[in-house]
Amino acid sequence: MFMKSKKLLKIKILIILILTCSSFKNTAISSSFSEEQTVNITKNLRCLICQGQTIHESNSDFAESMKKYIKSELENGKTNDEVFSSLIEKYGQWIVYDPGISRNTLLLWALPLLLFLIGGVIIVRKILEKYE
Amino acid sequence: MTDNQIFTDFEVVEFVEEKQINLNKVLTGKNFYLINIWSSWCEPCKDESDKLLQLKNDTSVMMIGINYKDKKKNALNFLKLYGDPFEQIFVDKQGLIAINFGAYGVPETFLINNDNKVLKKYIGPLNDEDVYEIKKITKN
Repeated sequence: MFMKSKKLLKIKILIILILTCSSFKNTAISSSFSEEQTVNITKNLRCLICQGQTIHESNSDFAESMKKYIKSELENGKTNDEVFSSLIEKYGQWIVYDPGISRNTLLLWALPLLLFLIGGVIIVRKILEKYE
Repeated sequence: MTDNQIFTDFEVVEFVEEKQINLNKVLTGKNFYLINIWSSWCEPCKDESDKLLQLKNDTSVMMIGINYKDKKKNALNFLKLYGDPFEQIFVDKQGLIAINFGAYGVPETFLINNDNKVLKKYIGPLNDEDVYEIKKITKN
């Protein structure tokens, strides 16, 4: 009887240990996921008070605050896009390295294509003039 | 926050009682709000302290201070030494409130109207011209 209850106790301890380990594992996964998300966002953000550095690379006071802000926003359940748009709202489009297409950046995106087309037209006209 | 932008609400922490409160609850009862981000370790903040004191007597403006990444004891000493122009002070221990304001660092000042619209943003210490401009805006 005593042996049986001892065996039962061992099984119970084993189950508790397994459950505890799995919960630790889950915590580690969720926090590392958030960390990875933070890094992905900070790599695409310009440090506005540094020269040519991303928020990820910079250790400035501004960058450190920004990293904490992004982390807290992600912890509050915001998506990457929501974090980006809230920062664009606060600091303007200039804060992102890869600006999306908007009314303000339309010219930026369209200009290379326009120049390419204009160049193409000039080349075609020159060729046609040569043959005429 | 840039000029003409409407302010979105967020939580701030009171300096003395350290209670959390929504900023929109603070921004009531006045025509204008001057929000100044400052710190005792910030040298330019010492230079602009007399400029803020000049604006203190304007009854249409509520002066709000955001104490940035500072120690309470040092902040209190700073106010004792250079004067306290603020009607309300909040703390920003981690710099998150400053980011919510769209600030770059200290000192930085925002003039907001009662529609929560940012009328002016001053990066760096206020000077005489800025004080003149603020007074001109708040008089109209």
